[in-house]
This record gives sequence, structure tokens and C-alpha cells, in this order.
Amino acid sequence: MHLSDLWFIAIAVLWAGYFVLEGFDFGVGILLPFLSRGDDMSKRVMINTIGPVWDGNEVWLLTAGGATFAAFPAWYAAMFSAFYLPLLLILIALIIRGVAFEYRGKRDGEPWRRGWDVAIFLGSLVPALLWGVAFGNIVRGIPLNGAEHFTGNFWTFLNPYALLGGVTTLTLFTLHGALFLALKTTGELRKRANATASAVALAVIVAGAGFLAWTGASYRAPASYGGAAAGTRTASVVFAALAAVMLIGAALANRRGREGVAFAANAVGILAAVASLFTALYPRVLPSTTSPALSLTTANAAAAANTLAIMTVVACIFLPLVLAYQAWTYWVFRKRVSAPPAPNVGTPPAPLPPTATSGPRAAPGA
Amino acid sequence: MSVLELSRWQFGITTVYHFLFVPITIGLGFLVAGFETAWVRTRHERWLRLTKFYGKLFLINFALGVVTGIVQEFQFGMNWSAYSRQVGNIFGAPLAIEALLAFFLESTFLGLWIFGWERLSPRLHAACMWIAATGTLLSAYFILTANAWMQHPVGSVYNPKTGQDELTSFVKVLFNPAQLAGFPHVIAGCFLTAGSLVAGVALWQVLRPGIEEGHALAFRHALKAGAITAIIGAVAVIITGDTQGKLFTTQYQPMKMASAEALYHTAQPAPFSLLTIGSLNGQRAIFQITLPHLLSFLATGNWSAKVQGIDNLQQQYQAQFGPGSYIPMVPVVYWSFRLMIGFGLLAVLIAIVALWVTRRGRTPAHGRRGWWRKVLILGGILLPFLPLLGNSTGWIMTEMGRQPWLVYGQLKTADGVSANSAGEVLASLIVFTLLYGVLAVIEGGLMLKYIKAGLTDEPLPTYGQGGAGGAGGTDPGGGPDADGAAGGPVGAGPDEPMHLVY
Repeated sequence: MHLSDLWFIAIAVLWAGYFVLEGFDFGVGILLPFLSRGDDMSKRVMINTIGPVWDGNEVWLLTAGGATFAAFPAWYAAMFSAFYLPLLLILIALIIRGVAFEYRGKRDGEPWRRGWDVAIFLGSLVPALLWGVAFGNIVRGIPLNGAEHFTGNFWTFLNPYALLGGVTTLTLFTLHGALFLALKTTGELRKRANATASAVALAVIVAGAGFLAWTGASYRAPASYGGAAAGTRTASVVFAALAAVMLIGAALANRRGREGVAFAANAVGILAAVASLFTALYPRVLPSTTSPALSLTTANAAAAANTLAIMTVVACIFLPLVLAYQAWTYWVFRKRVSAPPAPNVGTPPAPLPPTATSGPRAAPGA
Repeated sequence: MSVLELSRWQFGITTVYHFLFVPITIGLGFLVAGFETAWVRTRHERWLRLTKFYGKLFLINFALGVVTGIVQEFQFGMNWSAYSRQVGNIFGAPLAIEALLAFFLESTFLGLWIFGWERLSPRLHAACMWIAATGTLLSAYFILTANAWMQHPVGSVYNPKTGQDELTSFVKVLFNPAQLAGFPHVIAGCFLTAGSLVAGVALWQVLRPGIEEGHALAFRHALKAGAITAIIGAVAVIITGDTQGKLFTTQYQPMKMASAEALYHTAQPAPFSLLTIGSLNGQRAIFQITLPHLLSFLATGNWSAKVQGIDNLQQQYQAQFGPGSYIPMVPVVYWSFRLMIGFGLLAVLIAIVALWVTRRGRTPAHGRRGWWRKVLILGGILLPFLPLLGNSTGWIMTEMGRQPWLVYGQLKTADGVSANSAGEVLASLIVFTLLYGVLAVIEGGLMLKYIKAGLTDEPLPTYGQGGAGGAGGTDPGGGPDADGAAGGPVGAGPDEPMHLVY
């Protein structure tokens, strides 16, 4: 196997990790106005379920971007400049969303919080939708000319296949978020999350099955690429089937209240769906709809061997370390999040120094 | 405006904006970690209060640093795709490594720090901030490695067959002499910045009428720590700046330094320009006040050495690289260089005064209501802003001074831009500028709110058992020392549900 193939896999893994992890953050953000039913304490509980981890989850995106830049400079250059306006929308969404988590509780006042709630909702909804649209277009191909320049415009991206991809990721991440909330909250919120997951799961199964079937039928790399591509063409279908099985399994487990199983099955389902897309793509990285000869591939877009070798060594050392400490974070914050007991004002007086006044633990600005 | 000009404005605005938050994050992370370690060691409650107080300012600032950083990584590909395609082999690697080594550390351990007060042991909790701060330092190293390569490309060779720069030695890229001079300069600037923020806020607090005795004492400690950090930072900034100046004048980019001095004609010995008024297009000097010999000394260490001038260098470069102008915008480079130095010196001057007026427990402007008190308050308010302006003008000087090159001597800025339409780039430029403006107002408002609120009296953290299964000390609650004692209900055991933080 060439190092460029290894880095194609590595980038697929980074995107898959990003979607599995930030997928549920997005879902929580999308569900914020619905599951909270306008109750601020419920909103806070929901935000706190992802509070310690959302930023670390987002770094998977930055790593995927950086890895693409280093390992496939031509892919990075062509893709990021072609998807200029969609990426601009995603960037704005991620900016307001990230600030919203940190700033929402930093001031009292209904308008302040409501404003940030909107930012969290839209900031989660827009990327959840647009990442699917973007990946649909990557797999389907975009008009690229001989200079690797994009010759379409914003409307080029809005084709039915890619839009179905957008609906798939939107519903899939919403489901992922609902399953996560069922796993991480208590009481009424947990029940609502469970019921929502059951409802959303149906939409995901319909949209996802349609999207992956369409991918398998029309957008896998042509058999003419030969070599390993013949194997990945088949693998793409296998992964799609696995994704479908896992999604159905997640829905069933959720109905039975097996929250951990449901969330894990859905996570594997997302991994399998991303694998199905990347195996459909291989050996291309960004197909050209202008002419197949102009497509960027793992071979013609890759960096030189020495850059790939250095990156491989660095990744082999540090990726396991990152996985270890991120897993540890999830372990530290493994407990369910719940609202503090109702009459919170009477927290038992603590042996505090004379100057300190005892107050509610979740004091504003804390 | 052309796509090129719009893209340059966008990169300039987004990068200068991003770098308002970065130096505070880097320097303040270490200071907050230091305060927390002081709390864990001494159990004097004031250190905890300072940790929480400056920790909040840190987080308000960090949030904007993070989100504007995503833009930085994306816009190389979005706006500078020709550049990205050519240099990805060398420039992409440090970016990817930065994400893998540094961004994960920062984000994960800050998440632990923010939410871990009830679940980690005191030492482990403090360690999280030290690790996050180390992450910011690593991040700075890799991104500055990438920048140093643009300033002084080493360890690479252009392959005309692929149209790409390819690595010859990654070690040379990582230990580029331009990087070894530039990184300490930037980091010293970060400590000057954060120290000034801590000291400025503390000075303002100490001078507040009616401030509680205990709070005033805590802020005096903060003032001392901040001012000393700022002064050490400033000394290091000067030393590393001098090294960098010599390196760039004599070897790497003589044009940048000639422009920074508005030295049009090669001179031996060269005078240092105190003030130059040039023609509007910046192509010749009309009026200059100079100090003889000084530039020769600053640039080379020799009082009568030759320093090359702009016009002579332009001739040389035309012979070397072909026709075209190789002169940056001289007034921008000249003035940003002077402003950088001026802002930095003024900051350290105020830090020294702040330290002096509070020496040995003195109350500054004690019993005085007049102008001196007002000057000190004004100093406290100004102090945090000065290094920020110094950082910005410093980057403007070094980046504008490299023009017309994107990668010095190899790729011109005009050749690196994407083939996007001007409309797209104009749209993103407007959107980013408006969004960043609004966020700056919101951020500034929050910073002010928490600065004015001063130290809080919320209950002491209850701490946990080190995240059960985690490594590290398991010093529960208050520890043996009675000063702080374990406040609040007994620490959240691993089976307690999580508390709300946000």
C-alpha cells in the first residue's frame, strides 16, 4: 500500500471521528429549543452534557483539515476554494456556536440567553446540514477544469443527491444527539430524548438508505480504475449495509431503553456510513464532473513521500495519545447531568471563611 | 478591488483580530496555572479567588481565540489555494501537527479544567491548566514554524515537475534560524501582554475606592506577579527583537529592515531614523531626523558597518528576480515598526511604575485624590491595551515588510491567491468584518463586567478523587492545611451526578 492510500484512510478516519463526536454535539444543539420546551434549566442541562467535550470534538475537524493540507495539498487547495461559500456559512455557524456555549451563562437576562440559544441552534443546524451537502458533492464530483479550478457556482452544489446527503446528516446527527441526551440526562428530559430518537430514527433510516443506495448505484468510482478500487467498490456497499443494520439496531435498542447500546450502535452506523462514502470515492479524492481525466486522485493530489512519511510517524505516536486522553475525559464526565434539587437556595451552610457568603452553587456567572 | 486585494485585506483583518486573543491565551494560561498552583500549595484563599477571577477572563478571551482560529486554518485553502497547492508539503505538515499535538491538548484539558472542579483532585485540576497552557505554547511553535518558513524558506526545494515545494529536511524547517529568533520574540510578547493585563486590572482594582481589604491584598499579589511577568517579558522581547533585526538586516530580508528605517540609499555608516517624512507614495524621503552610526550598530553590532538601502536593493532584486517592484509599502513598515517599539516600551514603563508605587505594601496614591491618582488609574486602564497594539503592529510590520513576497524569494503574494470571484471574497470580507466587530463588542462588554465584578465569594471547590482511574494525587478536599479547608458539602464522589457549570 502506498503512503498516500494510508493517508486517504487516515483522513477518512478523522472525518468519521469528527462526525461521530461532533455529530452528537450538533444534535444536542439542534434539539435545544425542542426538548427543553422553553425551560431554561433543561437548556442548561442539555448544554452541560456536551460542555466539557464539544471543543475537543471540534478539533477532529481541524485535524482533518490540516491532514488534508499536508498529505494532499492539491485536494485541500481545490476543495476549500471550490466550497468557498458553503465553508463560509459553516465557519460563521461554528464561530457563533462556539462563542454561544461559553458566553450564554456569563450574563443574566432573558434576551441575552435567548440570543445565544438561537446561535446554538443555528450554529448546530447549518453545519449538520451543510457537511452532508458538501460530502454529497465531493462523492458526486464538481466541475473542475484542467487547472484544478472550480468552474461552477453556489447553485452547482444544490443538486438533489447532495441535498439528500444534507438531509441524511441533519437527521442522523439529530438522532445521535437525541440518543446522547437519553444516555446523559435524567427524568423528563431523558424520556423526551428517548421518544424524539424513536421518531427521528425513522427519518434517518429513510433518508440514509436512500442516500447510500443512490451512492452505490450512481457515484462509486468507475471499475476502470482497477486495482484496489475494485475492492473498495464492493466494500462501499458492504459498509452501507452495515450502516443500515446499525441504524436499525440503534432504533430498536432505543425503543427498549438500552441507551448505551443505542448510542454505540448509532456511532458505529456513522462510522460505517462515512466509510461507505470514502470507499465509493477511492481512488479519487475530488472527482471532476467536467471530465473523469481531470479528477483529483490519491496519486495525483498527494504530497511527496517524505512529507507523508514524517506525518505517518507523528500520527502513529500522537493519535493513540490523543485517543487515550480524550477517552479519559469522557470517563471523568461519564455521569448523567441533572438539574440541582429544586429549592437550591438553602444549600447546607458550608464551613466557609467569614467573608464568604454561601450562595446557590450554580450562581450566575459560575 | 481585485480578488488579490480583497483576499489580502481579509487575511490581514482576520489574522490581526485572531492575534488579539492568542497572546492573552498563551501568557494568561501560565499565570492562571501559577495562581492555582499557589492555591494548592499554600491554601491561601486569595490565590483561589485570583485563579477564578483571571480564569474567567482567560475563558472569555479563549472562546474568541478558538473560533477565529478555525478561520485561519480554512482560509489558506479558501483564499490562497495556489499558495496551498505549491507549499502544502512543507506548510501543511506543521499545521496538521499543530492540530494533533496542541489543539487537542488545549481543548480537552481546558474542558477538564472548566468542568472538573468537583471531579478532579486539586493537583490534577491545576495540572490540567498547566497542560492546556503547554498546549498553547506548542501550538505557537508549529504555526510560527510555518510562518518562519515563509519569511526564510529552508529545508525545501522547488520541484518544477510537480509545481510544488518539497521537503529536503524537516529538521531544518522545525529549527529554522528565523524561527529560533522569532518564536522567543513572539512568546516573550505574549508574556508581556498577559502580564500587562493582569497588572493593569489589578492596579485598577487596588485603586478602587472602598475595595475590601482582603481583595485589595489579593490584587496586590496579582499586580506584582503580572508586572514582574510583563517586565521580564519586555526585556526578552527587546533582546530577541534585536537578534531578529540583525538576522533579517544582514542576511534574510535586508529590504524589510531598510524599509523599517526608510533608508533609501545604502549608507556606511548608517544613521538611525528618529523621524522620516516621506513622499506620499513612500518612494523617497523628504525630511529626516537621524542619529548617526546608530543603525549600523543596531543592524550589525558594528558602529560603522554598511547597511543597504531600498533603492540599491531594488536594483539587485531586479537583476536577480526579473523586472518588478520589490519594495514594500515603506510608510506602513516604517511606522508599524516604530509603533510596535513605542507601545511595548510604554507598557513596560507603566508596569515598572505600578510595581514601584505598590512596593513594600504601599497603597498607591495613598491619601491623594488629585492628578497622580488619575494618572495611575489611566495607566491601569491603558496597560492591557498597549502590548496588544504592539503585537498587532509588529505582525503588520513583519508581514507587510515581506511584500511583494508570500514565500520570500520564491512565491509572490499575487501568485498565491485563489481563482475565486471578487464577489465571493467581498462577501466573506464583509461578513467576517461585521461578525468580528460585533463579537469584539460583546467580548469587551463581558471582560469589563467580570473585571468590575472583582473577586467572587462563591463556595470553595469540593474537588473529587482525581477522576477515579485517572493518575495523579488524590488529595481530597482541603488537605491538611486549615486556611482554606474543604468548603461546601463533601466532594462529589464519582457516583454523584454532574453539576451545571454553563
